[in-house]
Amino acid sequence: MPTLPHAIIIGAGFTGCALAHDLALRGFQVSVLERGEIASGTSGRTHGLLHSGARYCVNDLEAAIECIEENKILRKIASQCIEYNGGLFIGLNDADLEYLPKFLAGAETCQISIEQISPEKALILEPNLNPALLAAVMVPDGVFDPLRLALAFAASAAENGVRFFPHHEVQEMVFDGGGNIGGVTALNKHTGNLYEFRGDITINATGAWAGILASLAGVDVPIIPTPGVMVAYDKRLVNRVINRLAEPGDGDILLPQRRMVVIGTTSFEVEDPDYIPLDKNQINQMYACACQLVPGIAYALQRGAYVSARPLIKTKMVGRSLSRTFKCYDHKESENIEGFVTITGGKATTCRIMAEKTADLVCSKL
Amino acid sequence: MVWTIELCIARQKAGSERHYQTYQIEIDPDEYVLDAVEKAWAFYDRSLTFRHACHHSTCGACGMLVNGVEKLTCITPIRSVVQDKGRLLIEPLRNFPILSDLVVDTSSMFNNLNKVSFNQVASLPAACLPYESEQPEHAHPEYERLVDCIECGMCISACPISLTSSDYIGPAVLAAAQHESIQSLSPRILEVVDNKNGVWRCHSAYECSAVCPSGVEPGWRIMKMRQAVIAHRIKSFFSSD
Repeated sequence: MPTLPHAIIIGAGFTGCALAHDLALRGFQVSVLERGEIASGTSGRTHGLLHSGARYCVNDLEAAIECIEENKILRKIASQCIEYNGGLFIGLNDADLEYLPKFLAGAETCQISIEQISPEKALILEPNLNPALLAAVMVPDGVFDPLRLALAFAASAAENGVRFFPHHEVQEMVFDGGGNIGGVTALNKHTGNLYEFRGDITINATGAWAGILASLAGVDVPIIPTPGVMVAYDKRLVNRVINRLAEPGDGDILLPQRRMVVIGTTSFEVEDPDYIPLDKNQINQMYACACQLVPGIAYALQRGAYVSARPLIKTKMVGRSLSRTFKCYDHKESENIEGFVTITGGKATTCRIMAEKTADLVCSKL
Repeated sequence: MVWTIELCIARQKAGSERHYQTYQIEIDPDEYVLDAVEKAWAFYDRSLTFRHACHHSTCGACGMLVNGVEKLTCITPIRSVVQDKGRLLIEPLRNFPILSDLVVDTSSMFNNLNKVSFNQVASLPAACLPYESEQPEHAHPEYERLVDCIECGMCISACPISLTSSDYIGPAVLAAAQHESIQSLSPRILEVVDNKNGVWRCHSAYECSAVCPSGVEPGWRIMKMRQAVIAHRIKSFFSSD
């Protein structure tokens, strides 16, 4: 029997864990190296919205369709970490009302099952909504626990033989004679020992850190870490996800989670995603946005505030686009380095399809 | 506003003795203890290991001892545990094996939670404590939510019985068993809780309830579980089969 190909995945966020699961199902030996623990980067700090796709159904149909398809799949395969109570888009002014017909048409095109309801009915369903609302549309949004979603993929992967190495930080790429990558060296931070991992393919799944990791291989992956601020309050004032019925913008999603509600988010660029200080102005901005959707936030206390760095891809990239929502770079094509692939971008809701398409690419290379 | 604090962190690599290392950290007192630990890692010492994920108390990864008390560090504001120019002591949770620095191995707890089939999502009424003030009118039973227990292990860290006996299954698991047995007390759950390392081992110190960051009330749940076990025994005694 031929030996199974060995894939080394760097990064145990949503992408790394879902990819490990997918590759294991395809018969790969897989090792996942993570410098922290599972989901201790961007993934853990995500907002927690299981997108229905409605947010994108006007401006980005492809992303919207991908979201609603993945939404249904995740509800089947990871229901143990999802609060599924649906969501509402609410209109609060004339501009929102102008957006409404575009929104309804977009949702229909993308086959997202929505239902427009009267403001009165919306207030019966969610009594803490801003009573001045003018329009309301129900959508199939949900909320997930970020760590547990990553762990769900990781646990299935581990069950299928994937080996996870948390607290193992990659130090160097191991090049074979021909300038191709045959593995990595990693520092076990529990012991301080250095280990070499050899593999047939090394996959950079480090998200906002993808550029930094790729530079170890002498490769340029121009990622701009683009963080957003989220604020949690200590009262579960709604049971559904509350979205502003408007073009996607700052602070327009308020979601329930356990006994909290969480508002998000903003968008700004940083160079180093390792430590991003909390900006009080943005926390105040989120508070104001949350109060617009649900005025009762004024009677809740801030429970937490955090920043999560999205991996935004610089435009004009030569990389192959497997989908508009994420990108996968085969460094054989761009830099003639065999054995090294970078996957980045995407969103939590679409992590499964992202992993599936990356695994397709990996298989086509071997 | 920026404070300067002395962040004193317990350090320990596998196989070596614990020592303490101090970092001078400049930080806004409205930021959280976890932010200070992350800052120490980012700017001073990349060999420091700690656990964290969600940074807003939904995941339970970042429980640590802060000045000797169990705290979920992501929601513990700096100003609530130290003053400007003060010293803040950070240590790993107790009663779990230490992997390194602030990282403990909680796998025994997770394996035991599996034994009682603990589910993280429940209907909204079932996710709340039964004695909580009346649910709001809009809390239809078909709504669901993630339950209160975030599996942080802080109750086990604070429990004096867990300290003396590693065989004790611990408050987190007993609370989860109680949560799962509200509808029916299955033989599987009885087997886990009705023995000398289960529900009868608790000495009612209620430290678990005191440190729980999420309102699970493990102490109350353990007492409730005992009532259920006794009721079950009496019923079994009188039932003819």
